[in-house]
Amino acid sequence: MNGRTCVDTAPLDEILTRYPASEAALIQVLQDVHRAYHYLPCDVLVKVAEALEVPLAKVFSVGTFYKAFSLVPQGRTIVRVCTGTACHIRGADRLIEEFERELKIKPGETTADMGFTVKTVNCVGACAMAPVVIVGETYHGGAEPAKVAKYIAEKEADHEN
Amino acid sequence: MRIESAAAYDELRRRAREEAAAHRQEILVCCGTGCLANGSMRVAEAFSKELQARGLTAEVGTFTKRTGCHGFCQRGPLVVIQPAGVLYTQVKPKDVPEICEKTVAGGTVIPRLLYKNPADKKRVEHYAEVPFYANQTRVAMRNIGKIDPTDITDAVAHDAWAGLVKAMLEMTPEQVIGEIERSGLRGRGGAGFVTARKWRACRNAEGERKFVVCNGDEGDPGAFKDRSIMEGDPHSVLEGIVIGAWAVGAHEGYIYVRDEYPLAVVNLTVAIEQARARGFLGKNILGTGFDFDVTISRGGGAFVCGESSALMRSLEGKVGEPRQKYVHATDKGLFDRPTVLNNVETWADVGAILLHGADWFAGMGTEKSKGAKAFSLVGKVKNTGLIELPMGMTLRDIVYGIGGGIIDDRPFKAVQTGGPSGGCVPEALLDLPVDYERLTEAGSMMGSGGMIVMDDRTCMVDVARYFLSFLIEESCGKCVPCREGLKQMLVIYDDLVAGRGKPGDIERIETLAAGMQLGSLCELGKSAPNPVLSTLRYFRSEYEAHIFARACPAGMCRDLTAYEIVPELCNGCHLCFKACPADAITGETKKVHTIHQEKCISCGACYDVCPTAGAVRFFPKNGAREREAV
Repeated sequence: MNGRTCVDTAPLDEILTRYPASEAALIQVLQDVHRAYHYLPCDVLVKVAEALEVPLAKVFSVGTFYKAFSLVPQGRTIVRVCTGTACHIRGADRLIEEFERELKIKPGETTADMGFTVKTVNCVGACAMAPVVIVGETYHGGAEPAKVAKYIAEKEADHEN
Repeated sequence: MRIESAAAYDELRRRAREEAAAHRQEILVCCGTGCLANGSMRVAEAFSKELQARGLTAEVGTFTKRTGCHGFCQRGPLVVIQPAGVLYTQVKPKDVPEICEKTVAGGTVIPRLLYKNPADKKRVEHYAEVPFYANQTRVAMRNIGKIDPTDITDAVAHDAWAGLVKAMLEMTPEQVIGEIERSGLRGRGGAGFVTARKWRACRNAEGERKFVVCNGDEGDPGAFKDRSIMEGDPHSVLEGIVIGAWAVGAHEGYIYVRDEYPLAVVNLTVAIEQARARGFLGKNILGTGFDFDVTISRGGGAFVCGESSALMRSLEGKVGEPRQKYVHATDKGLFDRPTVLNNVETWADVGAILLHGADWFAGMGTEKSKGAKAFSLVGKVKNTGLIELPMGMTLRDIVYGIGGGIIDDRPFKAVQTGGPSGGCVPEALLDLPVDYERLTEAGSMMGSGGMIVMDDRTCMVDVARYFLSFLIEESCGKCVPCREGLKQMLVIYDDLVAGRGKPGDIERIETLAAGMQLGSLCELGKSAPNPVLSTLRYFRSEYEAHIFARACPAGMCRDLTAYEIVPELCNGCHLCFKACPADAITGETKKVHTIHQEKCISCGACYDVCPTAGAVRFFPKNGAREREAV
């Protein structure tokens, strides 16, 4: 926190122009920051606090309270395994295990090559197609453990392109 | 063109209907999240291309329309061809040329794409005859699946905004509130508070600056009605909000949408812009001099923000912690100003009530619960999807009528309603009429309309444990009974499912539950013990089996369950071999297979795929290894 900046702050400067400098805009600003950086870098949070004139502690409290935010870098593709009730009773836990086996990471972790982050999410609202897995932007309804390797391979092909 | 009089609105609607009538046929392609996931966008594109290639667009005035969720998500992508009303399910892009040739141009149906009724194995030709749709009454969902949500003209052709025109140009704010009061409308978010009472309190509250808020933070796992309404008919939501704002005298509004619902944000944004251009929103609405505008706020992904006071803190840019309710939001809500907060579905009902009248709405439902209610029917039921029914329909009619019964005709065990604040309703109460009061009496609640059907392969101890672990993650941590009570309960449940349950555990759970109900700050904590208490009330024997027999009657708790293949019944189909994630099954095609216990992780995948009844069975792992299926 000595004024040294490690990440490019240009995206942040642009984001700050979209909102009034008030506390009410904090969550919206953090959401845009998260979208631009794929996480909330500490030095960016310091700048957000200064720009919105909100105590840094408050920025951190909001940044750690909401599930949409992460303080550590995320993989290029976020895998979200829905663990809503409908998915739970239709076998979401087997899907999570399969992702653990395939990617060698637990939910909440990121692969060493920063390719994938696996998360669980409490219901994505696609319950009629339970169980559901979302890889990046692609929804897989009626997901099966046996197809998990395929879901990953499809996305890996995208990464290489 | 801005609308400033009833005559101008009528003219707009007349022209919109004429335009729609000019299309002699309409191909409605469902583009809700469910169908999109199944590839409906590619189907819609294929239709547009195919029609153009065949010159059908000009010749017979055929037209492809991308609509919101038709509700029958499991069968998606869904395509309806109007005016014939033919419903095709699970349509793929490669089916499109055949549909264009035989149905659109030729007027005949393609049997293979029609819905097959699982009850009598017959194909059903028309949308309206499919049991899933035939037994519904749609109010909040009146236009979903009919209109293109991104086209206000199409929405107006279906009466969107007519309720606002009537309210603002023919009625006083007091009359509007009176009409809502007579309709008996109650909050669709779950608690069932009388809507008109909120509105009147806010109207009478002191202060110039007031707010209306739409709660679109649909967090209950297993519920997705609000998502579908916002995606499929954003105009109904906006119309209700503007009517409410005018009735209470608010000039600013917010729609708080869950972060997980990107398509809802997109469709609402488009609808807001179009409504502003027509003079339904913004400055000088309908030329009356009344100003009101609305802002969309994306949630941060916290379940507790569905609680109204937490939601308002979140809108203020703060951490979403609830506060004591002795201060009413209608006096001091958002930014400490008088605020009316209603659920998406409640707002969507308002326009229809104003247009058709309070008596029409109050004519549906039961004594204290009027109108119709949207539910998401999901879980182990044959037809899953989104439905809207008059209050008072029985659970049996819902599960077996609309839902078509349990998957694989397994025994029904329970319906879970009300999300983490609700409970499980057992088979003995299947004839319960569904309304606010009856569900509460049964130890559950209406909640946000999730109905999760469970069969004999669902362990009720595990279900209660599931909701506890959900709530632990989502408790904001502000008050002790909720934060610590959930934690200690989960410790006991972890023991129960792992076979470490002790006599006295059930009583300890009940003591903790009573403390949380009494001492928690907000409804999240107060209602958190509901899943626990309702499963204890109706399925106590399952708890006792876990504690005293170290057995899971449903065979779902892995530490308590082992699987084996019955050699006499195995026909060697090899499916279990393929399904096993732990390589614990050996055997060759057409020969008897074996499960190796030392490798088996008891996930039950073999049991679920086995097509031969009884060939895979489970038994208590830690018992005396009796060769008896539980």
